[in-house]
Amino acid sequence: MSKQFHVSSNPHVRSASSTAGIMLLVILALLPAAGVGVYQFGYRAALVIVVTLCSTVGTEFIYGLFRKKTTITDLSAAVTGLLLALNLPVTIPLWMAALGGVFAILVVKLLFGGLGQNFMNPALAARCFLLISFPAQMTNFISTGEGALDAYTGATPLALIKSGQDVNIRDMILGNITGTIGETSVIAIVIGACILILAGVIDLRIPGSYLVSFSCFVLIFGGHGWDPAFLSAQLAGGGLMLGAFFMATDYVTRPITVKGQYVFGIFLGIMTGIFRIFGPGAEGVSYAIILGNLLVPLIEKVTRPTAFGWEGKKHAK
Amino acid sequence: MAKLTFKGGIHPYDGKELSKDKPIVELSAEEVMVYPLSQHIGAPAKAVVGKGENVRRGQLIAEAGGFVSAPIYSSVSGVVKAIEPRRVASGDMVMSIVIENDGLGVEEEYEATEYPEELSGEEILAKIQRAGIVGMGGAGFPTHVKLSPKEPEKIEYVIANCAECEPYLTSDYRRMLEEPEKLVGGLKIILQLFDKAQGIIAIEDNKPDCVKLLRDLTRGETRISVRTLQTKYPQGGERALIYATTGRKVNSSMLPADVGAIVNNVDTIVAVYRAVKEGIPLMERIVTVTGDAIKNPRNYKVPIGMSYTAILEAAGGFATQPEKIICGGPMMGMALFGTDIPVTKTSTALLAFSKDAVSAMEPGPCINCGRCLEVCPGRVMPSRLADAAEHFDEETFLELNGMECCECGCCSYVCPAKRPLTQEIKSMRKLQLAKRKR
Repeated sequence: MSKQFHVSSNPHVRSASSTAGIMLLVILALLPAAGVGVYQFGYRAALVIVVTLCSTVGTEFIYGLFRKKTTITDLSAAVTGLLLALNLPVTIPLWMAALGGVFAILVVKLLFGGLGQNFMNPALAARCFLLISFPAQMTNFISTGEGALDAYTGATPLALIKSGQDVNIRDMILGNITGTIGETSVIAIVIGACILILAGVIDLRIPGSYLVSFSCFVLIFGGHGWDPAFLSAQLAGGGLMLGAFFMATDYVTRPITVKGQYVFGIFLGIMTGIFRIFGPGAEGVSYAIILGNLLVPLIEKVTRPTAFGWEGKKHAK
Repeated sequence: MAKLTFKGGIHPYDGKELSKDKPIVELSAEEVMVYPLSQHIGAPAKAVVGKGENVRRGQLIAEAGGFVSAPIYSSVSGVVKAIEPRRVASGDMVMSIVIENDGLGVEEEYEATEYPEELSGEEILAKIQRAGIVGMGGAGFPTHVKLSPKEPEKIEYVIANCAECEPYLTSDYRRMLEEPEKLVGGLKIILQLFDKAQGIIAIEDNKPDCVKLLRDLTRGETRISVRTLQTKYPQGGERALIYATTGRKVNSSMLPADVGAIVNNVDTIVAVYRAVKEGIPLMERIVTVTGDAIKNPRNYKVPIGMSYTAILEAAGGFATQPEKIICGGPMMGMALFGTDIPVTKTSTALLAFSKDAVSAMEPGPCINCGRCLEVCPGRVMPSRLADAAEHFDEETFLELNGMECCECGCCSYVCPAKRPLTQEIKSMRKLQLAKRKR
């Protein structure tokens, strides 16, 4: 035969979506939150972001040299770096931020087999690792005085609520509060989430069931009864919005089944409620999500979809 | 009215504009014609002519090799040159009758039936069986077997599959536009076999002209309705189509007849009409020749047995050197090594693409995005099935209902990591089906 043709199995056409494209969208969707963080906390917030990005992408790159395979082009390390930075306080020592990046990529992701194989969200696992190892630096929410939040010092809104004080909901929604770099502005996070939802990258199953079940939990066990101000402060405060839209929805570490995603969201809502209301700390989102991550295989097993035409029938094995 | 549809599916670029507006052109047979003895599901046909024998057009050259089998007729007059293995689209060598066309066009006498409505069910089935008709949408299941369910009185729907959901294919579209009366006539003949059945002509809503034409044509028919389907692949898949039109569900352990439905594709129904009304056996079919590497994309009426090379020449050859040529549609068709293979009863199309989208993509690791689950019409978990198949984990594969896969290709199509999901699942399914037979 004179001409050589390609031969492969069907289908012979493919959609335009790609792993790197999805990751790029996630990065774009995180930019509003990152932007508000930099505007609010000053140039040092940008520095933290750059350091964690270099640390995660650099770790993946160096590991790739040993494996003779570059995987940084799928942009997943960049997403992890950005997410981690948004979960750190602006005052964190830079070496600590870098260490978090190395931990996230090397220990949580690559050692388990790389992209798609990790069972915990790398950015969150690294945050928890830093929280346990360096509790003082990780909860030092004092503004550096460079940004718009001049000399705004002290506790986060959630810590204030916990100690029984009042907070300003409007400031929490706009982002005029302290907290980690990316978690302060509900508006910026929701804009990013809308980008992801409109682009079809995420849907509302997990964030929706998470926020609804968390609200129910707070209303029942929060000790404030029907108190909209308290509920809104709980919803807008801490890492809940960032966690619900950007970390609980992480493909690799959430259930793949539709029913499982609802179960997962409800579980996260309840766990976050327990940690926040009954736990010693004001925060609980990170721990709730990584705990949820561990249950994913189990959730998937009991929520397998029924194949077409087998509804209400027994499978002949 | 809400559009009829199913859960899952995809909306690929359909490429139909390349060939849809050009009328069908009839091609005359070439000098040497090849008739594989296995052009259908079931036992291969048995040759009834010998080397050196003279045959006429329309003469039986191979008889059915059993009940689930179909006879084969010569589409030319000439001399049997050889009976030998020849390469077919799947890449296999299949025993074939090779006939040298004498160009005289000596033809058999056909026995036409002026009033098919006076025929009995047995007579109709006998005529269909004798004509060698098989499912011409690609599967090739002998039509007389499909039309002889165990309990014919339980058939409530006879569905004409006019969805044509495969991208690029327009042969059914052209057939409906140019010979709609034969489609309706064929459907009426099939309905004679099933007293209680309603005829449904199911068409995707991207063919409004066909919907209108067939609605006008069936205005007075109480037993036939034309239904519009949402345009979505694989709307024309048998299980998806039955669900969309009747709300009934068929799984892999059932036949459509189990839910009272029988599905036939456009070309098959037209062949039934010709066989019963005109007495002409199955000797030709419509083939879409298209793709960006084809000079003159259009539909051709092709005598069965003609080589793809000859059709390609008729279509002006390649506009550019293609990287990939496909027998059938881009979603479920087979990639070909070359064009030196014969057109059979199930050859729907010849596609030529200047760029092969698949080999240009490097498969990456699964990121668990779940898109394959969303689009799977079988409602299974393609990414997990492919994992199981890859690791040769038969137990998990069966536990995850791998046998419910219809190999439509939607999962591979949407996968952002470009994993060959359909391929993995298909090979494991093949193995399991072979094991069942043993």
